[in-house]
Amino acid sequence: MTVEMDLVLTVARRELRDTIRSKLLWIYAACFAILSAVLTLTGLSGAQLAGSGGYGRTAASLVALVQTLVPLMGLTLGALTVAGARERGALRFVLAHPVSRTEVLGGTFLGLATALCGSVAAGFGLEGVIGAISGAPGSPSSLLILSGLSALLATSMLAVGMAIGAGSTRSSAALGLSILAWLLLVFVGDLGIMGTALATRMPVSVLFFSVASNPVEAFRIAAVPTFGSSLDVLGPAGSYAVDSLGSASGLLAAAVMTVWIVVPALIGLRRFLRSDA
Amino acid sequence: MITIEHLTKRYGDFVAVDDVSIGVAAGEAVALWGPNGAGKTTVIRCLLGLASHEGTIRVGAYDTSTHAKQARRLIGHVPQELAFFNDLTVDETVEFSAQLKRVDFESLNQTLETVGLLDHTNKPVGSLSGGLKQRLAIALALLGDPQILLLDEPTSNLDAASRDSIVRLLHDLRSPSRVLLLTSHHLEEVGLLADRVVAFESGKVVLECGSQELGERLGLQSWLHVRIRNGSLDDASAALNSHGIKAWPNKQGVLVEVSSQRKGIALRALEDAGFPVVDFEVWR
Repeated sequence: MTVEMDLVLTVARRELRDTIRSKLLWIYAACFAILSAVLTLTGLSGAQLAGSGGYGRTAASLVALVQTLVPLMGLTLGALTVAGARERGALRFVLAHPVSRTEVLGGTFLGLATALCGSVAAGFGLEGVIGAISGAPGSPSSLLILSGLSALLATSMLAVGMAIGAGSTRSSAALGLSILAWLLLVFVGDLGIMGTALATRMPVSVLFFSVASNPVEAFRIAAVPTFGSSLDVLGPAGSYAVDSLGSASGLLAAAVMTVWIVVPALIGLRRFLRSDA
Repeated sequence: MITIEHLTKRYGDFVAVDDVSIGVAAGEAVALWGPNGAGKTTVIRCLLGLASHEGTIRVGAYDTSTHAKQARRLIGHVPQELAFFNDLTVDETVEFSAQLKRVDFESLNQTLETVGLLDHTNKPVGSLSGGLKQRLAIALALLGDPQILLLDEPTSNLDAASRDSIVRLLHDLRSPSRVLLLTSHHLEEVGLLADRVVAFESGKVVLECGSQELGERLGLQSWLHVRIRNGSLDDASAALNSHGIKAWPNKQGVLVEVSSQRKGIALRALEDAGFPVVDFEVWR
């Protein structure tokens, strides 16, 4: 069946309006903006003592902040929106119209992704303004690239969250699963790979690709070079990337995040098509 | 216009609808009648393509398993549970629904006027009363002048006054070219709105008959509270009892239990026995 884009956009506009009015998004956006502003201001005082190295530490802190907070935003927002709409009956209300499930899920994804990326961009915008006013070292272009990579990570986590929500009948279950996915991707996955690498004497190439297959780590691999640091700071896997892939490691990481948008979106769609409204 | 053949819906081991076949012709008004949990709403959800099922459902020329979107273009639906987006205003909700249905915006005010919502267009949907929300649901169902109206318990959760006005509104929506398929467990509502009744019990069709025959076929009893002009309430009750009609004095009147299709017999018996009837209410 053909997808009618005007119907997708109608659903997306309503979702965007609804999400902008949601408290959850505002809480996340405020947390992100405040924490990134604090990191910038703290880094600035360091930069006065350590020069451009201070900026490097600020950027590294920002990467860590994005790695922690943005996946939580995307996963919970995606899971709660779809499962919550089903639980409240709002999904049934929309699906009773002459609109396909693919159009509804596609529009919901588009509306949520716009709201989520907008809130991430607003956080980086605030940080850029603070940096510009206080004369912080670092280029606006690296901030823009970091902002774009963050949006890519946010969208991939949103797709995972929606895949969770698409098959859930209760928003509490969807929230629980999305937080579990956050713990696995942000904390447990990295530790698990490190433990496995130590226990099995994993070849460094396998170690790198195992690490890079995690979208949160892929973001870090793509983000670190944007503020002038070498991937060597990431350890043996980073050194392997520098030696074997060079600048292509950033493209590979971006491709991994893109795959983490497409595959969960297709899984979510399949679950959504098979579930009762 | 609607053909349902061997419809079965299971939720795990529980069979919500069991091998149901129903046909509804153009211009017909059919009620799915039965107690809560009988399977009426599940039939409506399957008809809209909202739930997977066994069996075949055709709406117009479309099989809902493969062409649910096209089938829904022919349908206006009033759901049992009114779940709108509460932050949207009435106007925004109607506009959203109209865009999904590809309805000309110029006709929206006409639809809102039909259901008496024109004075509430700027209010958030969440602030509307139950009756007004029900009217909004009917307005959304009417957008695009659909050939089929599916009304799932259209008066549930309404007070008596709102219920009467909604039933009148729905009655006016009947037309020779439109199919009305409603679910209800209110006998009077079914009698007023439907030509034919399909009665459900535990997911199965147990009876099909004309709407006026339903009460009698199911052996349903009504309670009448009758006020008489003069005379003893005890004597009036005794007069009815002598005709084999159960009756008791009750406050300012006589409470009568009678077959739902034979209420007039009780009133006539009171008149014949010299107890002129001033007023009466149907309590059930």
